[in-house]
Amino acid sequence: MSALLKVENVTKTFGGVVANRSVSLEVHKGDIAGLIGPNGSGKTTLFNSIVGAHPIDSGSVRFEGKEISRLIVPTIARRGLIRTFQQTRIYAEMNCVENMRISAPDARGSVLSLLSGFSNQVDIRAEELLDFVGLASKRFLRAGSLSFGQQKLLEFAMALMSEPKLLLLDEPTAGVNPTLINGLIDRLVRANKELGVTLLVIEHNMRVIMNLAEHITCLAHGEVLAQGSPQEVRDNPSVVEAYLGVSA
Amino acid sequence: MTKAQKYSLIGGGLFLSLVAPFLLPQLATQLTMLWLMVVFALTWDTLGGQMGYNSFGNILFFGIGAYACAVLQRDLGLDYFIGLAVGLAFAGVLSSLVAIILGFGMLGLRGHYFAIGTLGLGIAAGEIAGGWDYVGAGSGMVPPLYPTALAGRELFFYFLMFALALATFFILRALYATKFGLALNAIRDDEDKAEAMGLQTTQVKSFAWAVSALFLGIGGGLAGNLLGFIDPRDVAFAGATFGVWMVLMAILGGKGTVWGPVIGAVVFHITQELFWTYLLGWQRVALGLLIVAIVVFFPNGILGTLREQRPEWFGEKVEERA
Repeated sequence: MSALLKVENVTKTFGGVVANRSVSLEVHKGDIAGLIGPNGSGKTTLFNSIVGAHPIDSGSVRFEGKEISRLIVPTIARRGLIRTFQQTRIYAEMNCVENMRISAPDARGSVLSLLSGFSNQVDIRAEELLDFVGLASKRFLRAGSLSFGQQKLLEFAMALMSEPKLLLLDEPTAGVNPTLINGLIDRLVRANKELGVTLLVIEHNMRVIMNLAEHITCLAHGEVLAQGSPQEVRDNPSVVEAYLGVSA
Repeated sequence: MTKAQKYSLIGGGLFLSLVAPFLLPQLATQLTMLWLMVVFALTWDTLGGQMGYNSFGNILFFGIGAYACAVLQRDLGLDYFIGLAVGLAFAGVLSSLVAIILGFGMLGLRGHYFAIGTLGLGIAAGEIAGGWDYVGAGSGMVPPLYPTALAGRELFFYFLMFALALATFFILRALYATKFGLALNAIRDDEDKAEAMGLQTTQVKSFAWAVSALFLGIGGGLAGNLLGFIDPRDVAFAGATFGVWMVLMAILGGKGTVWGPVIGAVVFHITQELFWTYLLGWQRVALGLLIVAIVVFFPNGILGTLREQRPEWFGEKVEERA
């Protein structure tokens, strides 16, 4: 099966700092893939490279077989590759329903196509998804007044609203309370199974990512350290070393 | 506020607006200026309030409109009213085009950079117009005179400006209720997020500025005819008065709302006129103090403050489901 996302030998440097060196990974349709690594290992940089937030120095990023490494962020997003942010980003002064409405695929059209109201399907879908993440009762509140964890859920719902083919999640559980984490994982799996969204997840919480992902890539110092099933990655001595340091 | 109260308030306001120039004929020009102020505040708010781009150069479109209309009226040699109609249409379209062209460069700037960048626009335009013989250079332009045989010049301009203010209000309100309106708000709240979600932000921003410029351009054309004299720096590109006022009025009323700029314009214009009448000599000091007071005590404007006090009036509530 051909890969939905194929990252090949991507290198990205900032001045003299090499944030990603020759990184390659593949995400197949229907997968939940994980991306782990210690702080500063280049995970978010790789995300930014994939979605076009900055130009890459060399290598190639292919989405559905087409090269996207030269395209800009909104163009890539319109092809169905959506990311969420580590520092949760929602539209703070708008209420939850409005946040959802503007995330629907029909909001991505040309400005002239935006000069119309909201379709019923969009509103129904927005309700369903807000229900799905448990924010239905808060739907008329300003998104900025929600707690951090609720904002994470809203951002996730907005990402689903945009009907992505591939969703890149940057630390979806960071700063979320442990009880809510279980609910969030459950929703990630359901989004993958029921809505058919392929996921690539950056995660620091090992318990979460080992249970969630079917395939994991571990980065360290900007390079791929290990790739494989959760079991393989966990048992790889260099991964343990990267996280915990060299044993005496 | 119940629906009935709201509509009777609006109805009352409309009725007052219709009879005011007949009741107070000596104030007709001032009242016409009031509607111009409403247009100023509403069009500034499209970018400044709804989209979060604080423009200090919107006066540019007003000036372009004033000149464009006057030049067409002068050079086409049409009947006064037809010339005025053609001139106003041209003023609006030209201003919009300039907004789109400028938008390519300027709207790539964010935050303070956009504000500072636009600040130069009005000043530069004033200097150019002041040195350009085709538009009368430093001595300005005098638009064709309203036919002397006809009475009712004040009323004519009053109702034209009133119609423009109404059209601006209702068209902007309708636009804000569409996906386009939400896209503006999304750009205001987090433009990077909007891009990451695939919104065509460049198009949306340019279009917003063009709409704003359209009404400002028509307003400029009307104002030039109303005042009867277009000075490059004191009327057309009057950045220090009109240009600053439009920002103040929108902030005073509450930016990012439809009614805020209207309320702000009315309160500001009346206060200003009272200062002029009763504090002559000190009017600028009083105006300055008023501005300081607005920023200190009502940083979110009249409607913004009201929203903080009574969020439920603005539809913010937790809905518990059975």
